Amino acid sequence: MRKSADRLFIAGALAALGVALLTLSSLLVTVLFDGLSRIDMQFLTSFPSRKPEEAGILSSLVGSIYLTGLTALIAVPLGIGSAVYLEQYAKKNWFNLLMEINIGTLAGVPSIIYGLLGLGLFVRILHFDRSLLAGSCTLALLILPIVILASREAIRTVSHDLQHGAFALGATESQVIRRVVFPLALPGILTGVILALSRAIGETAPLIAIGALTYIAFLPDSLFAPFTALPIQIFNWVSRPQPAFHENAAAGIIILLVTTLLFNAAAILIRNSLYSRSARPS
Amino acid sequence: MKQITLDIRSLHVYYDSFHAVNNVSMTILEHTITSIIGPSGCGKSSFLRVMNRMNDLVPHARIMGEVLFRGANIYAKDMCEIELRRRIGMVFQKPNPFPFSIFDNVAFGLRIQKKHNKTFLRERVEESLRRAALWDEVYDRLHQSALELSGGQQQRLCIARALAIYPDILLMDEPCASLDPKATKRIEELLEKLKEEITIVIVTHNMQQARRISDYVAFFHTGELVEWGTSEDIFDHPQKQLTKEYTQGLFG
Repeated sequence: MRKSADRLFIAGALAALGVALLTLSSLLVTVLFDGLSRIDMQFLTSFPSRKPEEAGILSSLVGSIYLTGLTALIAVPLGIGSAVYLEQYAKKNWFNLLMEINIGTLAGVPSIIYGLLGLGLFVRILHFDRSLLAGSCTLALLILPIVILASREAIRTVSHDLQHGAFALGATESQVIRRVVFPLALPGILTGVILALSRAIGETAPLIAIGALTYIAFLPDSLFAPFTALPIQIFNWVSRPQPAFHENAAAGIIILLVTTLLFNAAAILIRNSLYSRSARPS
Repeated sequence: MKQITLDIRSLHVYYDSFHAVNNVSMTILEHTITSIIGPSGCGKSSFLRVMNRMNDLVPHARIMGEVLFRGANIYAKDMCEIELRRRIGMVFQKPNPFPFSIFDNVAFGLRIQKKHNKTFLRERVEESLRRAALWDEVYDRLHQSALELSGGQQQRLCIARALAIYPDILLMDEPCASLDPKATKRIEELLEKLKEEITIVIVTHNMQQARRISDYVAFFHTGELVEWGTSEDIFDHPQKQLTKEYTQGLFG
């Protein structure tokens, strides 16, 4: 009796996994089927065009890479710094408790809201216009709560025994953080950063909200240059009536997936090499 | 006559309203081993943590009274707890080596003092590991993770780590509690040798251990210092009935 209930449970769990995998793989197969033949050097090295066979994703691919890199540069130091403050220094009072609750809530705010905030703050008030900088700042705000939450979680797993061991050797608070807490929390922090940046690279709504352009026939040459990004380009192609553009969209999706995967792989490699190095001499 | 290293005067420790250490006065003499014994929750660990101000890290801990280290009050405003902890080292109940290499563990206390000279570090690491009787077991794998060592080795590594910055006093909070008898014996032999160079204060649950290694013994009960004196006084001629009962194992 118990055994058959067990089997039923395992079958149910497998079925659930099957639904997820089937959906995902059918999506992947459709996209690959539609788009794979479209990917060639011409597609990778051309700017957008009114003619689908001449159009390419150079400006959006480069835009996405710049955008994600810049977002990381802004969000990662801010996020880790906030996490260190909240975990190691902040006193348990109502103000900090309020801040904690708010950070948790911010992680769940829809991305379009961040887009509108970015439009108001970065584009209008700070006059960044519809630039790479405005886009990066907006995406950085969007993923900041995720980076903070993940970093705090990672910092919290560093045992107090180790921190006390360092204090007992005459380490100052900042030495304990720099030499014990931070290196040991780093793999966990990087995992959070990877997840957050994977989200940023695929975001469309906030970029559309701040008015990122879709037709960009040049590469951004400064922080204040207008830009476009892969998801925007894909969105634009999908909304065209001609089927040839839909092929382009499928090809763009493949490039976006590959970019995200490469990006994650690089981050995981960095994390693993940091992890194994922590046991070796510095 | 031996010098007084630590002079504790009417010390009280509170955690919020809990009175953990109640009016304790005693002295610690240089180059001796003083054991602090007593049942669980008697305040002996709190007492130990006062002496290198590790209690500062405990939220809601409050201290009254005076602790004089070579005549200077360690709770005075101009006393730097960082400097103090470099002179009064500590070894914890559970071995807590950093998950770095053996070498980096011992060098940690030196590196945070900005001592980075490679030759100096190598010499001091070797010397400290020898003083902690660990060198012969690890000399050929200094760059392996400290977590690969056995529990007893890890605890001796923690002792080496503390010794590397030349403390005057070593505080030990039940350092053998998680070790087997063989590893415990090695640590006890080590302490016997170390006391020629430094002063040791050790909290222990193990009466035999206290008897074997101590010059002086202090018996704590419910936060109060019931009795303290030479090892012989406490174990063979206790003045108080409570001390007699505890040392004979009638309660614990």
